Amino acid sequence: MYRSLEGICRAAGEEKAFWEVIREDDCQERQLSLEESFSQMRAMYQAMKEADAAYDPSLASRSGLAGRDGGRMEAYVNTGDAICGTFMGRVMERAVKMGESNACMKRIVAAPTAGACGVVPAVLLSMQEKYGFSDDRMTEALYVAGGIGGVIASRAFISGAEGGCQAEIGSASSMAAGAAVSLRGGSAGMIAQAAAMAMKNLLGLVCDPVAGLVEVPCVKRNVSGAVVALAAADMALAGIVSRIAPDEVIDAMREVGMVMPACLRETGEGGLAATPGGMCAAGRLRKKGGPDGSAGA
Amino acid sequence: MNILDIIGPVMVGPSSSHTAGAVRIGQIAGKLLGEEVKNARIGLHGSFLATGKGHGTDQALIAGLLGLAVDDRRIPESFLLAEERGLEYVFEAVSLRGAHPNSVKLELTGVTGRKLEMVAASIGGGRVRVCEIDGLRADFSAEAPTVVVYNQDRPGVVVRVSLKLGLAGINIATMQVYRDERGGHAVMVIEVDQEVPADCIADLERESGIEKVIYLCMQE
Repeated sequence: MYRSLEGICRAAGEEKAFWEVIREDDCQERQLSLEESFSQMRAMYQAMKEADAAYDPSLASRSGLAGRDGGRMEAYVNTGDAICGTFMGRVMERAVKMGESNACMKRIVAAPTAGACGVVPAVLLSMQEKYGFSDDRMTEALYVAGGIGGVIASRAFISGAEGGCQAEIGSASSMAAGAAVSLRGGSAGMIAQAAAMAMKNLLGLVCDPVAGLVEVPCVKRNVSGAVVALAAADMALAGIVSRIAPDEVIDAMREVGMVMPACLRETGEGGLAATPGGMCAAGRLRKKGGPDGSAGA
Repeated sequence: MNILDIIGPVMVGPSSSHTAGAVRIGQIAGKLLGEEVKNARIGLHGSFLATGKGHGTDQALIAGLLGLAVDDRRIPESFLLAEERGLEYVFEAVSLRGAHPNSVKLELTGVTGRKLEMVAASIGGGRVRVCEIDGLRADFSAEAPTVVVYNQDRPGVVVRVSLKLGLAGINIATMQVYRDERGGHAVMVIEVDQEVPADCIADLERESGIEKVIYLCMQE
């Protein structure tokens, strides 16, 4: 996998698209043909579509902390009166739905993680709906997302336990931003800029899950990741450039993650988890949860 | 790590470490036992103990023992499935010294009475490490084809195993050797680059000094 966005842009040059560079790299690494690699990535996009369609508005998670908001959002967006408009409304709706599906033990695609699984599909599925792109175009966009995520994983980290939420939602947002730019025909350089601007806007975000569960605030942070991704994509397409080079932004994410205290890295001991409300919810779950020694069958 | 670790895996939520990783640990334990599991005693440690229930770690472990994949929609109903298949289980809290926060100890009995004890950890992103087999230390991921050899601790066993693999055209990627005491029971954990044919495994089992050979290939 590439270790820098600059390296990908250099490899793309004038002739190749960003996604083609990533696919070639995948074929090299896993010893696959171009077609084999593409059909596997296409299957990932199909799985995202299926997960979106399979949302069940009646479900709640085992803890009861997550669920049923996807239906609320859908009904609201359907009124045609959402402040951000119907397109952005659908993006938010899909992000909430996927986050809830994950919390409710439905099948999802980790991208890059299960906790951040709503960001990339919310952006991509909504753009396909708006512009009518073919599934092949969407698959190409997934390569772009994967290439960006690969650079982040190799330069920094993509888990909340290591780098806080910026490493999960921040990375997902960065990936989705680049993918969105590629769908609109932006250059490799613009893709890298969008990835950088999305990450910059989520830098420092802590991982503070209530009761240690992938529910509060994870579901709603998928919404912010998706919205930030689209804002960054539009800025990049407008020709706006990050004053800090994209790879340096990723390095900054790593540095911020490394000095982040452990209580804000997925331990469920700081931030929202440590509020009276968060601790009360955790205490309630401890009472009814935990292995109780109950025998099965 | 490759691009399908970034876009993927397709999995049942909510957590790659607490759910998908737990399924994988169950799968590996089931394969190591080598037969259908009749009884499982499952000890949860650390974060698996503290937040496992909310993440479906318990259902995921049972699903893995039943051979379900990480994206199988039946994972949340694995307790019912276990009842149908006659798998009995009990969960308990354990404290494993020096273990990774997401660790579990499994004590399994199979349908013909075979037994296996395994300690494993879910180390993030759905990836796992097996840390102990039958009381002996180990350290492998089961991402590559893996040969586990139980043998008597005496001279020449290691060289004969590696020779047999070499003659079969199988390249050893990593190799670990552990024992309980001098001249006692030993375990070899060998990660290899190629898939190992069944007759090669049977051949290894016939070697003197070798008690049991288990071949683990998690590729579907």
